[in-house]
Amino acid sequence: MKQILTVANKEFYDGLRNRWLVSITLIFALLSVGLTYFGAAASGAVGVTSLSTTVASLASLAVFLIPLIALLLSYDSFVGEQESGTLLLLLTYPLSKSQLLLGKFIGQGGIIALATLLGFGASALLLYFQLGNTDIFRAFGLFIISAILLGLSFTAISYIISLSVSEKSKAAGFALITWFLFALAFDLALLALLVGVEGGVTQQGLTQLMMLNPTDIFRLVNLSGLDSSDVNGALGVAINASLSQFQLFSALVAWVVLPLSIAIFIFKKKKL
Amino acid sequence: MNTPLVSLVEAGKTYGQLDVLSSMTMSLNEGEVLGLFGHNGAGKTTMMKLILGVISPSKGRVTVMGMAPDSKEAWHCRSKVGYLPENVSFYEQLTGLEVLTYFTKLKGFSNGQAKKQAIDLLEQVGITYAMKRQVKTYSKGMRQRLGLAQAFIGEPKLLLLDEPTVGLDPIATRDFYKTVDQLKSNGSSVILCSHVLPGVEQHIDRAMILSSGKLLAMGTLSELRAQAALPVVIKPISFKKGGLNDAVAQDAKLKHFVSGSCQNTLMVPEQEKLAVLKQLLSLEELDDVHVESANLEQVYQHFLEKHELDFQQKIQEGQGS
Repeated sequence: MKQILTVANKEFYDGLRNRWLVSITLIFALLSVGLTYFGAAASGAVGVTSLSTTVASLASLAVFLIPLIALLLSYDSFVGEQESGTLLLLLTYPLSKSQLLLGKFIGQGGIIALATLLGFGASALLLYFQLGNTDIFRAFGLFIISAILLGLSFTAISYIISLSVSEKSKAAGFALITWFLFALAFDLALLALLVGVEGGVTQQGLTQLMMLNPTDIFRLVNLSGLDSSDVNGALGVAINASLSQFQLFSALVAWVVLPLSIAIFIFKKKKL
Repeated sequence: MNTPLVSLVEAGKTYGQLDVLSSMTMSLNEGEVLGLFGHNGAGKTTMMKLILGVISPSKGRVTVMGMAPDSKEAWHCRSKVGYLPENVSFYEQLTGLEVLTYFTKLKGFSNGQAKKQAIDLLEQVGITYAMKRQVKTYSKGMRQRLGLAQAFIGEPKLLLLDEPTVGLDPIATRDFYKTVDQLKSNGSSVILCSHVLPGVEQHIDRAMILSSGKLLAMGTLSELRAQAALPVVIKPISFKKGGLNDAVAQDAKLKHFVSGSCQNTLMVPEQEKLAVLKQLLSLEELDDVHVESANLEQVYQHFLEKHELDFQQKIQEGQGS
């Protein structure tokens, strides 16, 4: 356990030193405060709009940003150390592969989690001062927790990438493709399936397909509680066949644990 | 009878079809310094990785401190093993002290002790003046020193050093060998891996010569010299006009040894050295004499060339049949 914490501590301080924490927090804070205030600008009003609109627009932006940031932060975690030779050295230390991986995960996950909490927490507080409505904390609580899980999930996915390739630049390429597939292409494919093949998928089937993508689970968590008028696309259909929040969160947690286990498995098989 | 600290029995490693290391048998005792020589791709690093337990042998057995190094039980032994990889660039954005403190903690030191230990080690390798600077500002030699400090953490019982003197200036090299001698007298064993040969001779007890995954020769330097049967080079010197050439050429005993390429040089087999010297000393014209036994580099060359010849012979025989 001490070894894991030592690694986690180093990774966390790396995140601080490289200004990752500050920049992610700032991005999230500016984005959420901006959306909170100007979310309704399109309809001609400036100021705090309804809670559901705010959360809906935050979620649809976060769903692109968080995976991208998580992948950027950790794509070179292993391949980078392999290139510089420190990975081999670390493995001659009394430190197991899973300890090293979990340590990195806790450290880098900590950066993402803290940045998400601070960045989006800021706009939750702002909203609370404006509206004085304690519902805000519930809605934002769900949003922040699911956003953290989404970030952790992509951190774990980027470890799989980082452990499977032998060059940093390849890892960057794969990270970009992964982001594109999960954040954009998957939904387009679902939509095509829905529209193109009449009666091809049932509502039930669609929801199940969505469990294959952590970004969609994140969307479902955050949008299923809202007025469906704020939601469009394939999601609107899926929401009607809604799963319970508990099931959705379990699916998100599975999307953290599963890639992490696969990463550990790959690491153990990896030739050095 | 004390058991060896490291022993390899018929240990080999294959990657797919490629025999990176083929059945290697060796042992290393406590307080012994072993030189591991061979050119790139000879299997030096693979052998080190086997001993470190980073990879498992494809066949045979590796034992370090009585255990298989890749097993779970050997875990606690790892804090007693120091390793300097061949090419390592430490975390560039951290300072030297931070890097070393991190590695010291991973070796099992408590947070409080780690920093003190790290400073001590940096002092030992002589880069305390730069410890608050980021590693990316370090020169090649400074990085190498940092790597060495890292290998010395926790007074290891076994040290594996891959090209330790690359990039070190002569003074740092001397300091490094001093540290090796010191560790040795404290009972640590050291495996020095190198293809830079001069200067290493007086610090190693035994040498191992590898080529393309095979052991060519192993033993103390004098054993290897005897095996290689390389002649001792004796240069008699005379300041008188005409020199010794005639005297030597006329001497019945000495004239066989005169080198074909160089007139005033004698190539003498090790066992005849003293007889020849005595004979030389009896010559009146002699003013001075240089005696040079074959050095490690020549021994190394000899074994490599022999290996090459054997190999070519084998190919020709293969083609003939």
